[in-house]
Amino acid sequence: MSTPTQPAPGKKVNRIGLEPIAYRGSKTTLCAGCGHNAITERIIDAFFEMGVDPTSVVKLSGIGCSSKSPAYFLNQSHGFNSVHGRMPSVATGAVVSNRKMIAIGVSGDGDTGAIGIGQFVHLMRRNLPIIYIIEDNGCYGLTKGQFSPTADLGSTLKTGVINDLPPIDTCTLAIELGASFVARSFSGDPKQLKAILKASLSHRGTCMIDVLSPCVTFNDHDGSTKSYSYAKDHEEPLADLSFVPFFEDINIDYDPGTTTAVTLRNGSKILLNKLAEDYNPTDKHRALSLLRETASRNEFATGILYIEPDKQDFIDLLGLVDEPLASLDMSRVRPGKAALDEIMESFR
Amino acid sequence: MSVTDVAVQEAGQRTRTERIVNDFAIQVATVNGSGSQTANLVLLRSIFQMGVPVGGKNMFPSNIAGLPTWYTIRASHKGYIGRKKEIDFLVAMNPETAKEDVLTLAPGAAALYDEPLKLNELRNDVVFYPVPFDKLMQPITHDAKLRRLVRNMVYDGVLSKLLSIDMGQMEKALRKQMGKKQKAIDLNMSALKAGYDFAEANLPKRDPFVIEPMNKTQGMILIEGNAAAAIGCMMAGVTFVGWYPITPSSSLCESLIDYLKKYRKDPETGKNTYAVIQAEDELAALGMVLGAGWVGARSMTSSAGPGISLMSEFTGLGYYAEIPAVIFDVQRCGPSTGLPTRTGQQDILSTAMLSHGDTKHPLLLPASVSECYTMAMDAFDLAEQMQTPVFVMSDLDLGMNTWMAQPFDYPTKPITRGKLLDAEALTRVGEFARYRDVDGDGIPYRTIPGDGMPSYFTRGSGHNEKAQYSERAEDYSKNLDRLARKFETARTLVPKPDVELQATANVGIIAYGTTHWAIVESRDQLSHEAQLTTSYLRLKAYPFTPEVFEFIDTCDRVYVVEQNRDSQMLSLLRMECSPAQIAKLRAVPHYAGLPLDGRSVTTELLRQERA
Repeated sequence: MSTPTQPAPGKKVNRIGLEPIAYRGSKTTLCAGCGHNAITERIIDAFFEMGVDPTSVVKLSGIGCSSKSPAYFLNQSHGFNSVHGRMPSVATGAVVSNRKMIAIGVSGDGDTGAIGIGQFVHLMRRNLPIIYIIEDNGCYGLTKGQFSPTADLGSTLKTGVINDLPPIDTCTLAIELGASFVARSFSGDPKQLKAILKASLSHRGTCMIDVLSPCVTFNDHDGSTKSYSYAKDHEEPLADLSFVPFFEDINIDYDPGTTTAVTLRNGSKILLNKLAEDYNPTDKHRALSLLRETASRNEFATGILYIEPDKQDFIDLLGLVDEPLASLDMSRVRPGKAALDEIMESFR
Repeated sequence: MSVTDVAVQEAGQRTRTERIVNDFAIQVATVNGSGSQTANLVLLRSIFQMGVPVGGKNMFPSNIAGLPTWYTIRASHKGYIGRKKEIDFLVAMNPETAKEDVLTLAPGAAALYDEPLKLNELRNDVVFYPVPFDKLMQPITHDAKLRRLVRNMVYDGVLSKLLSIDMGQMEKALRKQMGKKQKAIDLNMSALKAGYDFAEANLPKRDPFVIEPMNKTQGMILIEGNAAAAIGCMMAGVTFVGWYPITPSSSLCESLIDYLKKYRKDPETGKNTYAVIQAEDELAALGMVLGAGWVGARSMTSSAGPGISLMSEFTGLGYYAEIPAVIFDVQRCGPSTGLPTRTGQQDILSTAMLSHGDTKHPLLLPASVSECYTMAMDAFDLAEQMQTPVFVMSDLDLGMNTWMAQPFDYPTKPITRGKLLDAEALTRVGEFARYRDVDGDGIPYRTIPGDGMPSYFTRGSGHNEKAQYSERAEDYSKNLDRLARKFETARTLVPKPDVELQATANVGIIAYGTTHWAIVESRDQLSHEAQLTTSYLRLKAYPFTPEVFEFIDTCDRVYVVEQNRDSQMLSLLRMECSPAQIAKLRAVPHYAGLPLDGRSVTTELLRQERA
């Protein structure tokens, strides 16, 4: 429920007085060791540490292993496990109709890249305020391991089948299409992933986060480019990323020569201690060329790839009233008799 | 003697000296994109302003410019506003179709045509009026484009003279149509006058058709069903619209957008109390609508057959997860792309059962523009009361054509939000379980994000009454049974049918939607021409209410008249009727893409009666 309760003395609580347990969900039913579970843990950490009120969150998903995971975090939030590939539209209706809610959507690489690519594309175009996570394992886990559209060219299935089509890079797409916060991470890199998630909670607009999340059952073998070992060997963090939320009033010392600071709308800061020389997350063209360049070396760049902190979001664009549309009472939504009379007159 | 013979004989019997007053159909055959719509609406409106009941029907191609279009205006002192099969007065402006248009006229009809087409050579049992359009247009403007656009006003002028339609009313109608564009009004007036003067000087009246003033339209409005539905949606308090353009439904959302912009800005902040999103496709449109309904918005979409097919999966989710949504289906001809600009009632069965698994959905069946307005409001209330997608089954004829109506009444009923859980209700129900049947009507209580009430997890997968994932057989069947019970409750909430029982009648007719207008006329024909008295039930909704079955019981035979090939509503009736009731049902199907006319019903019904 929405009122934070007084915690027992000595318990670890966040800035709104909630314990970590308030951010947990049902027990996972995914395979032991599944990357998705690690992402769930980071979501719990990030929402706890940012002191987000769970009753102000809606969590949505499509269909697939990844899409089951909203049941495993934030039990007090309303959740919606919708239909395959079409969570973006459901989220759009929900967020637009209640602008006060923080929306987190969890999808998979098949749910986003195949059946849902149409809705994904348009979600990115609209820059709807939502954290959109792709739990990316390059295969369809729930139907026993078929390739998905993010599988790399030449990657193999356990059965030896070789993927002969090029992958869709969801981050490149998201940047091209207008998402204002685009990141890539790895479920095995908890520090970076948590920092990205916390930063996304301070951003207003579409946060598209593609998280490499190995499928231990169907895609964690030699020959797979989405396995734990391959990911560890080929991850190329662009920066050592840290996040300073607006409510932590600390003086930060950093060297502007090696560290880039990005200030978000609510005053929170992202600090990027650059590892890649030409990395500038506010430059769209550089972000795109960096993605292409690392991909050509069979590496994958991680971190916040692109951010446009002040871009107008979809809610602003629609010019909505400040209150949620869903809770406007009749006097606000049914015009008076004079309006109807005027309309009738126009048809006489 | 068959009824078709009667019709032919009637037409043949006309003598040149008789006067046919306020009871004939004018058809204007043009090329689409030629700007004929203004001239046609001015003609329609002028007759309407003279107090004569009228109906206008546009038969247009799925094309922007260059293909044949026919606009039919029917004047009827008896108030018949359905389609009339026979054309009495043709205005032949389209060289491509002119010959066929003339050849299909009944003897005794009249034809006004562009002189160079020389249509008078085609037959000698039709009254011809040649009009040199180009010559008449020459002095009016030198601008070729303008000349093409206002050329059609010439036939309005000619008709004004020939049919005694008051020129003052023509001018008034033109001003109404043009708004404040004085230059355009002047130009059109010159063309109108040129036509009138030409007819006065050169065309002696040789046909029997005349418009005389009446007082049957006083205080009434002329409106399209889609605009009426849009007004209804706004008055219903719609807050979310997700849509995707498709003929013949687009003008519903487009009208709605215009009205919302004008009447739904917050008076203090100037900000919108609604959101409209043009989605990437119909799947997304309904997905957005469900997302909005899930958080508590009054949400809707509008589409037609192909779009409704695409919405199938989401409709099933809405049914199973129990989310309110209003979906307008402005029906057109299928299957597939079919005839996008022609009318039909072909989506009844597929929409009632839309989506896989055991699903069924309430359908509202408006027959008039007034019902497009009222049923829009009914649909929003019903969707929230039932927590399910509700379909309003309009059609192209109703949605896009111009109909007379009494001005719409301001709603007296407050908006109904259904069983939204609040603190008071929570105390009463004790513990919140999203899908628990607390009240025995199958309708559970719901909460919405941000309302301070307990949350739940919405899913399209199997769930128990606490909305938890469940594959248990007992949970599954219990939930499906409750959904069936909920649908039974819908029978008590949907609009009841209009029933007209005739004590002496053995024969009953069941119809719905725009088919109604053909039935009104056909029943009179049956009664006057064949001494066959009929009872009539007009359906306003699915699921059927008890009145429907009682009606069937009172009749020996029941003709179910509808605008589709496969007698879709009859099939739905069969699913619920007793064997004795089923034995009484007979089909009168109509599927030509054109609005159903009374004569066709009369002919087919009598054929079956006499077989």
